[in-house]
Amino acid sequence: MSTSETTVESLVGGEYKYGFVTDIDTEVIPKGLSEDVVRLISAKKGEPAWMTEWRLDAYRRWLKMEEPHHWGNLSYPPVDYQDIIYYAAPKNVKPLASLDEVDPELIKTYEKLGIPLREQKLLAGVAVDAIFDSVSVATTFKESLAKEGIIFCPISEALREHPELVRQYLGSVVPVNDNFFAALNSAVFSDGSFVYIPKGVRCPMELSTYFRINTANSGQFERTLIVADEGAYVSYLEGCTAPKRDTNQLHAAVVELVALKGATIKYSTVQNWYAGDAEGKGGIYNFVTKRGKASEDAKISWTQVETGSAITWKYPSVILQGDRSVGEFYSVAVVNGRQQADTGTKMIHVGKDTRSTIVSKGISAGQGNNSYRGLVKVLPRATNARNYTQCDSMLIGSRCGAHTFPYIENQTSTGRIEHEASTSKIGEDQIFYLKQRGLNTENAISMIVNGFCKEVFKELPMEFAVEAQKLLGVSLEGSVG
Amino acid sequence: MLEIKNLQAKAGEKQILNGISLTVNAGEVHAIMGPNGSGKSTLAQVLAGHPAYEVTGGEVRFEGQDLLDMEPEERAQAGVFLAFQYPVEIAGVSNAYFLRAAYNEIQKARGKEEMDPIDFLDLVEEKLKLVEWGPEIMSRAVNHGFSGGEKKRNEILQMAVLEPKLAILDETDSGLDIDALRIVANGVNKLRRPDNATIVVTHYQRLLNYIVPDHVHVLAGGRIVKSGGKELALELEAKGYEWLTEEAVTA
Ligand SMILES: Nc1ncnc2c1ncn2[C@@H]1O[C@H](COP(=O)(O)OP(=O)(O)O)[C@@H](O)[C@H]1O
Ligand SMILES: [Mg+2]
Repeated sequence: MSTSETTVESLVGGEYKYGFVTDIDTEVIPKGLSEDVVRLISAKKGEPAWMTEWRLDAYRRWLKMEEPHHWGNLSYPPVDYQDIIYYAAPKNVKPLASLDEVDPELIKTYEKLGIPLREQKLLAGVAVDAIFDSVSVATTFKESLAKEGIIFCPISEALREHPELVRQYLGSVVPVNDNFFAALNSAVFSDGSFVYIPKGVRCPMELSTYFRINTANSGQFERTLIVADEGAYVSYLEGCTAPKRDTNQLHAAVVELVALKGATIKYSTVQNWYAGDAEGKGGIYNFVTKRGKASEDAKISWTQVETGSAITWKYPSVILQGDRSVGEFYSVAVVNGRQQADTGTKMIHVGKDTRSTIVSKGISAGQGNNSYRGLVKVLPRATNARNYTQCDSMLIGSRCGAHTFPYIENQTSTGRIEHEASTSKIGEDQIFYLKQRGLNTENAISMIVNGFCKEVFKELPMEFAVEAQKLLGVSLEGSVG
Repeated sequence: MLEIKNLQAKAGEKQILNGISLTVNAGEVHAIMGPNGSGKSTLAQVLAGHPAYEVTGGEVRFEGQDLLDMEPEERAQAGVFLAFQYPVEIAGVSNAYFLRAAYNEIQKARGKEEMDPIDFLDLVEEKLKLVEWGPEIMSRAVNHGFSGGEKKRNEILQMAVLEPKLAILDETDSGLDIDALRIVANGVNKLRRPDNATIVVTHYQRLLNYIVPDHVHVLAGGRIVKSGGKELALELEAKGYEWLTEEAVTA
């Protein structure tokens, strides 16, 4: 390995800026999981009886399932599910009359994270639901959205205020027994966001949820449900961070998207959970099930920028149920240090003339290991289905790895599936070329990496694109000079 | 402006430059010729600071500064520009974005104001004329999918925008048809000023019909084996390199 390659490697991996802990009075329940714990969570949320039963059903199914430990291209010690706190909430979170009532410590926390919650400082054009450990602490712009008939609130509140709507769709895309982590989430999820966009309404602003894990040894199990009624449009953003801790923390979320006839849902994630230190100590285990179901002429688009977590296991998927529905997946996954990511998508073509696009950009640095795993499945009824997959990997240094596992199942003779893949090493020659034009190594790498990710970044909403570029800037920032 | 004394360099275990001495003054054009593998590109890359080459002896001063002690970007900021024999592709980064970033880095290093995208486009518009290009080229990714000729022309465009004090052109003529050659040479000639200097590295005499050098040096076996005026290039064209390389081997 040449010297400049070492410099390149040391460059990736700047300081994690969000690793602080908020000192706040927190109510936690004892570690461990049982039917009583499930009942307790449900009671704390004031849920209807059917919901408690729904959770218990999920819990009983989960008990019979096995953790998919050797399934992904990942390795980690077994998780002790009795050693996790399943519910932690800052005390004194009551329904708020206004955001001015939010605990100042929390306001400060979100400000440090770049998410202003005070009305006067709200991000223009973005409504935020802030989730701290197990509960939602603030939701902005709720009233102005309500004028359009849009519901944007914590899912715990939706269960109380709009139980029929939640009951109709919860688990309709990701059944409780879908997989080990989804079943666990269904049993113990404590909060998350609920969105409903009425027929024909175009949501006038970006909706956004910001997740923060604070309490040590706690898991975060959030649940997001987004329903876009016929012809509706919504763009939704999700961001996440966690303090630096030297033990691993579990994040097992479920996100369900329902796009009814002619509706469009655009879901963007910038995931920056704590990734652990250079030796691989600590960090978030991110086991997430994200899936959308698209009816006739509907469109679901996932865009993700994954830079954090010790382990990422995540396959945002689209069931192209209705004829002419469209599914998209744009992804940038960065691994560095000892990070491992096994991520990709599933596009299930059920309806006729359905189209899907997959663009995956994997960046591996340090001793990170990045795997793309994607399934394109075309069912017999899905005549004239189209898929285009492009899967590019970039290696920074020589101790990291990139792998692609594309699975294709075409059960029609008319389906057309195209797959392109490339692997490139960020080259000494590219860096030298840019340096010869006056850029320093850091800026040179950042320019090359941003160029590599461009097709994905251009799918992100404007403000988020800038965020994402900065985030890559941060993870590529380093100690040179 | 540039003073090279007994410069020696190697790549891996291979010794390539075996003691090169050369002085270039402001306002001059020097041509460096020589057969394939004689070390022409190595000399160019060493002057620009490519990390694959290790300097094993000698010194280089650029405007009184120790050039070999500077990072490649510091050399660029000080006014050294290399037009690459094989320009590198950068996917997803537009020519406009890249060139403005480079321009601003150099401005900053010179203690000048950075330029915003709108003003920069005005500046580029002028420079594009020099290489007879329209503005479309600015929105294409840097050298990505460019033909060999377009890549060379793009190097000259960058040189025009960055206005170096010392430009080193490494085989900028290779792979160009006669029209492109004329455009490139024309561009270089228009950029000549009394306060800058150019080193033209070439295998063929052809380019020197368009860019007339003040001095011609012949490189063989990592040494300058002969120097002369522009007529030396014609002599090489007629006689080939063999008579000089033999001298070099026996020397
Ligand atoms: N990075 C390198 N590693 C190893 N050998 C090299 C490297 N660069 C050049 N060489 C060798 O050095 C000699 C001179 O190469 P070069 O400077 O490219 O010659 P020219 O430009 O005159 O054709 C050649 O034998 C070439 O193979
Ligand atoms: Mg050469």
